[in-house]
Amino acid sequence: MVDKIIVTIIGAAAIMFTYWFFLMKKDKEVLVSDSVDIVVEGGYSPNVVSISKGKTTKLNFIRKDQNTCLEEVVLPDFKVRKYLPLNQKVTIEITPQKNGEFKYSCGMNMFHGKIIVR
Amino acid sequence: MSETKKTFSIKGIHCASCVVLLEDSLNKVDGVLKATVNLATEKATVVYDSNKVTDQNLAGAVSNVGYKALIGGAEKNESDEKSEKQKELRDLKIKVVVSLFLGGLILWGSFPGLMETAPTILQSFLVQLILSTPVQFWAGWGFYRATVLTLKHRTANMDTLVAIGTTVAYGYSAFIALFPNIVATIGIEPAPYFDVAAIIIGLILLGRYFEAKAKAGTSEAIKKLIGLQARTARVVRNEKEVDILISEVVIGDIIRVRPGEKIPVDGVIVEGESSIDESMVTGESIPVDKSNGANVIGATINKTGTFTFKATKIGQETMLAQIIKLVQEAQGSKAPIQRLADLVSSYFVPAVLMLAIATFVVWYIFGAPPALTFALLNTIAVLIIACPCAMGLATPTAIMVGTGKGAEQGILIRDAESLETAHKITTIIFDKTGTLTRGQPEVTDIISVNSMSKDELLILAGSIEKGSEHSLAESIVKKAEEEKLALSKVEGFQAIAGHGVEGIIDGKKIMFGNRRLMEKENIAVGATNNEIEKMETNGKTVMMLAIDGKLSGLIAVADVIKESAEDGLAALQKLGIEVVMITGDNQRTANAIGNSLGIKRILAEVLPDQKEAEVRKIQAEGKIVAMVGDGINDAPALAAADVGIAMGSGTDVAIEAADITLINKDLRSVAAAIVLSQKTMRTIKQNLFWAFGYNIILIPVAMGVLYPFFGILLNPIFASGAMATSSISVVLNSLLLKQKKIDFKINKLIN
Repeated sequence: MVDKIIVTIIGAAAIMFTYWFFLMKKDKEVLVSDSVDIVVEGGYSPNVVSISKGKTTKLNFIRKDQNTCLEEVVLPDFKVRKYLPLNQKVTIEITPQKNGEFKYSCGMNMFHGKIIVR
Repeated sequence: MSETKKTFSIKGIHCASCVVLLEDSLNKVDGVLKATVNLATEKATVVYDSNKVTDQNLAGAVSNVGYKALIGGAEKNESDEKSEKQKELRDLKIKVVVSLFLGGLILWGSFPGLMETAPTILQSFLVQLILSTPVQFWAGWGFYRATVLTLKHRTANMDTLVAIGTTVAYGYSAFIALFPNIVATIGIEPAPYFDVAAIIIGLILLGRYFEAKAKAGTSEAIKKLIGLQARTARVVRNEKEVDILISEVVIGDIIRVRPGEKIPVDGVIVEGESSIDESMVTGESIPVDKSNGANVIGATINKTGTFTFKATKIGQETMLAQIIKLVQEAQGSKAPIQRLADLVSSYFVPAVLMLAIATFVVWYIFGAPPALTFALLNTIAVLIIACPCAMGLATPTAIMVGTGKGAEQGILIRDAESLETAHKITTIIFDKTGTLTRGQPEVTDIISVNSMSKDELLILAGSIEKGSEHSLAESIVKKAEEEKLALSKVEGFQAIAGHGVEGIIDGKKIMFGNRRLMEKENIAVGATNNEIEKMETNGKTVMMLAIDGKLSGLIAVADVIKESAEDGLAALQKLGIEVVMITGDNQRTANAIGNSLGIKRILAEVLPDQKEAEVRKIQAEGKIVAMVGDGINDAPALAAADVGIAMGSGTDVAIEAADITLINKDLRSVAAAIVLSQKTMRTIKQNLFWAFGYNIILIPVAMGVLYPFFGILLNPIFASGAMATSSISVVLNSLLLKQKKIDFKINKLIN
């Protein structure tokens, strides 16, 4: 009986931890002026970049992760889908014309990043 | 000083003199200590001071002498990308074979009913531990690596689920193998699950292998388009023909193309004529005859004649480059239908992890004995069965195949949203002039009302119209020129606005114009009136010629309906789409053309700036409206419509206001584009249904919800098999779209 109570308590704690760990994280926003290097390794770092409206900004993606899930990056609002060769810089230039938050992701939509335009 | 040595490939080296040229140029760069170029390997090795010299300096020195250096990531070419992919696939294949072989051995030695036939050595827990360890930590290393990296970002993906699931199975089994007695004393039968861990890894890697192979097929259309590009051009320079790389062609170059050769860039023929196969770019299957002054498109194939043309567009400006860009952009865009999948996938993996924990707890507390074993196996099954990838792949793979397929047929789709909206179209508005008709009026009838011959009438009309700027005048002069008639000299030419023209030829007063002109001059039309009305009812514009105040003949001009119009509109009507014609013409002419094409709703006498309002009026009726126009005069109407479809003109494909551009100018492509949209959307819906349905049904089954009622549980090995097939099936379903015939030939379209 004791074991069942312990399993229940640990289980409930694990569920809460999972929720907090994955779903309550706060992303750090990085202010970008002209160009930013985004390292692709288990996700995007930095994964939230803030850029200026109407200004051409270079996003340099460097994939260091062998995971094929991350081999493509998709910026749907800017109509970009790019293959990222391993350990090589791929520059995507964007000139946002409106304010807002624009998400980008890997080709399978498993990893996410955000571009904030102000 | 920091001495650095770098070796990089150079594109375009083909002779020993290139080597000298390149070495000289590289050695001249300030900071370069030594540069050598190898002809055989087409590579340069440069020793330089990295404080002074950058990659750009080296690339610049190479391009200054007309070659291209492949330094750094941006320059990595397609074949490198391909070989990298092939290596990945090869490695994956080895891992799959090894894991399934070892997993199979373990299964043989441990699966009840099968293990009795296995050699004793395979039944040993320790041997099973030894066999499964390389699978877990060598073949499955990628899962661990990805998990650690993603956890650093506080995210999780499928690798996390697989890593946790198989680690639980492996860890539990390893404990049993190493300490069977401890397990026995707490009342659990010592039965390890090494087979589960090893086979799951093997099957999931197998799924990835097939998925990667299939996914490569979804971007084939782009690769094909890129492959169309010519590599060299035969340019006439200093009266000599020289073969140069296509990247060296400049605007204004005169290029010679011989039969069977590919036209290197876009341009205008300056000499010669030929028949050109443009099917690879426009989708038009019949070769087009072209001569002096005609536009030619780069990457199309010259069939019969030899000609020279002047390059007008090069590099990223060519039609092919624009098409590639447009298709790439469309493939990078997102369809609105994907929103739900996006939302679900952002919560999916954490949700599955929480469900897996809950499954363990519930089975441990309420499960049948041995509760721990059931709890563990069902938790593993939940982690393994969940397939977020299928949801992620459902829409984009279909969009990629759909837009690529369209491009092959000369249907360029701006983005996924346009492709999605196109399948909902209920009404299509066609602009008349230049869209349903050729937009170039032609002389259709020449009728003499006295003894004059048709040629004599045409000479007089052509001569007097030569000085006119009216749009119809051009067609009459052109007709006279086509008939090789010598035009006469006109004296006292005068244009009478809204009426016609007058002048004196060989001392006779000639009047040429419409009915109003005749009325104004009191010239009786008399018996020919019936003839005139009949022609007008047929959509022709009739002009009358009077000599010295007497009617001598009639010349009718009409804009000719495009050959593809009838089939194109019939196909749309078969698809159940209402067809509307919009034109600035008078009602009688508009009715004539509309009726001949079976169009029931005709909007006549609409000024160009009112077209947009007409589109909005029809939208207000609750219809989803597509507007088909030439993309230049109709831009506001195209933009106002739910889907703007432009008929491409010349070499300009990127029409701003259009959602879909038909570069083949074939009206049957309108229906083909809609069919393409319908078929793509059907594929997307099937994919989403499958991906969602799969997860919604199988996750609860893996949790064991059927166990209390039917005693059904999901073996984690089957779970891994199901998961491996689910994402492949989505990709394969998208690839099926490629096989579907979306031809604009009507008979094939309706199937």
